[in-house]
Amino acid sequence: MAEQAQRALTSSHSGRRRWRPQWTARMALIPAMTITIVCFYGFIIWTFVISLTRSRLLPVYKFTGFDQYFRLFANERWWTAMQNLAIHGVLFIGGCMLFGYFLAILVDRGIKAEGLFRTVFMLPLSMSFIVTGVIWQWVMNPGLGLQEAVRDLGWTSFEFNWIVRPDRSIYTLAIAGIWQQVGLCMALFLAGLRNIDPNIWKATRVDGIPVWRVYLHVITPMLRTVFFTVFILMSAIVMKAFDLVVALTGGGPGFSSDLPARFVVDHILNRQELGLGAAGAFVLLCTVIAVISPYIHFELRKERGGRGH
Amino acid sequence: MRYNRLALYGLLALAALMVLAPVFIMVSTSLKSMDEIRDGSIFTLPADPSFAAWGTAWFGDCAQSLGTKCGGLSSSFLTSVKIVIPALVLSVGLGAITGYALAVWKMKGANLMFAALLVGMFIPPQVTLYPLIIMIRELGLFGSIPGLILVHLIWGVAFTTMMFRNFFKTVPQDLLKAARIDGAGFWRLFWHVMLPLSLPILGVAMILQFTYIWNDFLLGLTFGGRSGQPMTVALNNLVGSQFGEKQYNVDMAATMLTALPTLVVYLLSGRLFVRGIAAGAVKG
Repeated sequence: MAEQAQRALTSSHSGRRRWRPQWTARMALIPAMTITIVCFYGFIIWTFVISLTRSRLLPVYKFTGFDQYFRLFANERWWTAMQNLAIHGVLFIGGCMLFGYFLAILVDRGIKAEGLFRTVFMLPLSMSFIVTGVIWQWVMNPGLGLQEAVRDLGWTSFEFNWIVRPDRSIYTLAIAGIWQQVGLCMALFLAGLRNIDPNIWKATRVDGIPVWRVYLHVITPMLRTVFFTVFILMSAIVMKAFDLVVALTGGGPGFSSDLPARFVVDHILNRQELGLGAAGAFVLLCTVIAVISPYIHFELRKERGGRGH
Repeated sequence: MRYNRLALYGLLALAALMVLAPVFIMVSTSLKSMDEIRDGSIFTLPADPSFAAWGTAWFGDCAQSLGTKCGGLSSSFLTSVKIVIPALVLSVGLGAITGYALAVWKMKGANLMFAALLVGMFIPPQVTLYPLIIMIRELGLFGSIPGLILVHLIWGVAFTTMMFRNFFKTVPQDLLKAARIDGAGFWRLFWHVMLPLSLPILGVAMILQFTYIWNDFLLGLTFGGRSGQPMTVALNNLVGSQFGEKQYNVDMAATMLTALPTLVVYLLSGRLFVRGIAAGAVKG
């Protein structure tokens, strides 16, 4: 009994000595923890609560159930925006991955001035989406931009007026978006290619397999986790896409190139439709979660697996 | 084989040309006069390069403006600087401390909190926008620079924490044990051991946060009000709200001025930017 008490005493004593810095560590976490709990998760719940009310200019807590969601799903502009998200998502993500992978392969072929090419391909990444949008708006200007420049060269029937055409304006977003983000995909794929065991290249060379077939049938399947990561990162960018639409097309002509993120901001800030905007925001969040959760699961599993070694 | 090489360099050059063309068009348009823009092609070099449009973009055109301000970007440039520097220091500092506490001081729930933070990076800012507006308004910081600094701190901390936490996880355990046996407490271990070790990652986090905060538009638009407009918001207003004939050379000069700080940082930092951009890609 006495021995037990003794042990309890000493252990609590030695425990206390380690306890003090542990306490400081806990205190140090408070700001980030407050931000996470209050400003991330608390505010998500708050937005959800607002979406259940009939708030317009200011939040009023008169609950109307899921009325705002019914209004949202009956809203034509919302469906245009969602449809645009699908079109833009497929084109932007597909284009970035395709061109990014292609550029990474080119850069990985043991070229001279690799650093220079990499710097060039990633240059647009340092600029804001607003800058990208304004530049491309000028390039695609039908009166004085690319269309006119090509016509001046003699091809007088050349047409590139997508930015002012309601049925085409959504495609201009993908052009500008790919231009800006392709360097990021290239960098991620290049890192993947550099991790490939050089012995694989030796073996395929001995077997005399053409280089393009090695890429298609050997290297690409090996990079599937990289493809997965790039896909997730690009999806996250697409679903948040707001700045680029504002600067490039302003969602127009009409609402023909509107995206959900812009719909939400517009209804919350400009249209005094807080409840409807909150409902849109929440639907957007659910879309993000649906796409992201396999990735988070994958990251955390990797983490757990990594600690075992 | 030689033809293959030729094709390889041909493709690379073509791709580089396509990436650089819009940048070239931006610079050359900004140096032209409006007459030349109307008559010529976007691909031609300026015949008589002039920085007049840059001056108008920076100082504004006092003859055309209605109010007392001339509408140039110079004041919003200063606003952006006043936002970026404190927000950068605070978000990187808090991220370093949080990442260090999570990685080194094994606590119950540290992994859970890290996961919660990681998920937070994917949340579209639109989802928490309105509650954040209410919070900033209640704090009396709406439309002010401190308000924007706080918002950027909130939105930046998940990313910076992730960078530092993942780096500190790779520090050998023996080093930490040795330091702790020497009696180093939380802060001493941080200042004298971990922070000096993390200089490269500190550089990466600074460069990336600078780029993100400078390039932000949504937060500046929402929280800046009239007096706290950062440069991206001012650029968008300038391009969108001209009366009469649009002055494309001024638009492009203004765009160039807005892009210049992050472009310079990118070109000077080189590899550090590349290292960080992959880790921070989720922020978009």
